[in-house]
Amino acid sequence: MNKILAIAGVVIKELYRRKDFYVLFVLTALITLVMGSATFFNDPKIVRYLVEVCLLLIWVSAIAIAIGTAARQIPAECESRTIFPLLAKPVTRAHVILGKFLGCWFACGIALVAFYAFAAIVRGSREAYWPMLHYFQASWLHWMGLAVMIAMVILGSLIFSAPSANATICEIIIVGILLLGGHLDTVALRQPPPLDLITYTIYFFIPHLEWFDVRDILVHDQPLIKWWAVLGATAYAAAYTATFLFLAWLIFRRKPLNA
Amino acid sequence: MEPILKLEDLRVEFRSGALRHNPKVALRGLNLEVYRGEIFGFIGPNGAGKTTTINVLLGFVAPTAGNAYLFGVNVREPIARQRIGYLPELTYYYKFLTVEELLRFYARIFGIPRRETDRRIDQLLRLVELEQVRNRPIKTYSKGMQQRVGLAQALINDPELLILDEPTSGLDPIGRMKVREIIQRLKNEGKTVFFSSHELGEVETVCDRVGILHEGELRTVGRVSDLKAQFQTDLERIFLKIIGYQLNT
Ligand SMILES: Nc1ncnc2c1ncn2[C@@H]1O[C@H](COP(=O)(O)OP(=O)(O)OP(=O)(O)O)[C@@H](O)[C@H]1O
Ligand SMILES: [Mg+2]
Repeated sequence: MNKILAIAGVVIKELYRRKDFYVLFVLTALITLVMGSATFFNDPKIVRYLVEVCLLLIWVSAIAIAIGTAARQIPAECESRTIFPLLAKPVTRAHVILGKFLGCWFACGIALVAFYAFAAIVRGSREAYWPMLHYFQASWLHWMGLAVMIAMVILGSLIFSAPSANATICEIIIVGILLLGGHLDTVALRQPPPLDLITYTIYFFIPHLEWFDVRDILVHDQPLIKWWAVLGATAYAAAYTATFLFLAWLIFRRKPLNA
Repeated sequence: MEPILKLEDLRVEFRSGALRHNPKVALRGLNLEVYRGEIFGFIGPNGAGKTTTINVLLGFVAPTAGNAYLFGVNVREPIARQRIGYLPELTYYYKFLTVEELLRFYARIFGIPRRETDRRIDQLLRLVELEQVRNRPIKTYSKGMQQRVGLAQALINDPELLILDEPTSGLDPIGRMKVREIIQRLKNEGKTVFFSSHELGEVETVCDRVGILHEGELRTVGRVSDLKAQFQTDLERIFLKIIGYQLNT
């Protein structure tokens, strides 16, 4: 475990020493603040709109950070050959995958805390409304969804040789699932025989990332999600994450690393 | 005596592209044993297979046939690497870390306790003379300084066996001398060193035994003094003769 955490620590250090992380955060903050200070700020609807835009930006930024970081990890190790001195230590390839995953995931967690705290402060200062448990549920589920995405991207980085190709493919899959994943079953009903089965199969096997997107409870002041549902979603995310990481390990284990 | 490093009919083929049927044979049946306390020099022209052999020893490349053992443990097991130090050929370490953070990271992987880590880092940075730059990111180091970072990380776990791939490449004359001194000192401490090199003069001065590799075959293995007595000339000429290079004298 200590080995895994040591590897994760390096991932986090790298991330906070790079600039893009801050750029995204500052961008999200700026856009939200500019919108908030627009002329029509006395309209009560505008606050809701503001929250909605802010949360959308948070989702986009977090996905960008997650994919960008995870796609780079293992290819960069091979490229700079740091993988060689690392694996020459008593470290297994499973340690490397888990360490990289945890590093990316913790880093995203830190980013999420910052993002959601910012959203909460912007909203609280305008409406004096502090639904802390709502924020907790939304950010927790968001974080769980990111775990699935990161594991998927790490798996992708071992399948596709070019990190940029992997990042693009994963972005398309993730955005596709987020937008369409929930509607595939209704789509399936309208398909002719062979296609409906295929669509249903896809519907059953894809990780339903859209379940982790509960921005609506914040935007529309909906009641809290049932805690057992949150728990179930967490277990669901863990199952997919574990599957992707296991597949990644199967591929990485056999991969010859030559200079 | 149990050899510390052992190769048994080691054969490595590289297949470029899944369907191409003429694999590149990098090693053709290597047999070698290195014993405790020895300094073994591994020499051969570019492309002879030195790095490939070392990659097998570290488990980066799986042998096509044959076996490799460290401390009697097959190199497929990660535990075989607990007591070795490895210096890769040309490496860039995590550029955004400082040398101190890098060593701390590797020490943590070995599970070295905190106080001991502090002590070793101070000692190693003094040894490779990187104390002045210990708080600067590695990306600001020169090539020779990076090579010394490599040497320091190879020694962090106080290894019993060191595997060094061209340890003096990129170093200035003083740096080379230092590396020779370090190797000598490790020998005095009873450590075993296995290293590849193109500097025959250096190999001649520090090695107990040498192996000459050519086109994936180990042509000669022996004590430097025995080889010199046998061929009646210096190591450089022996080397050239064994790889079949005609000297016009
Ligand atoms: N990944 C690979 N795919 C195909 N051939 C390879 C691969 N790696 C090495 N080889 C070949 O194996 C042979 C041995 O290479 P190796 O790197 O072991 O040489 P070396 O003795 O370390 O040379 P140098 O002195 O230049 O470092 C070379 O002919 C090389 O072309
Ligand atoms: Mg080499």
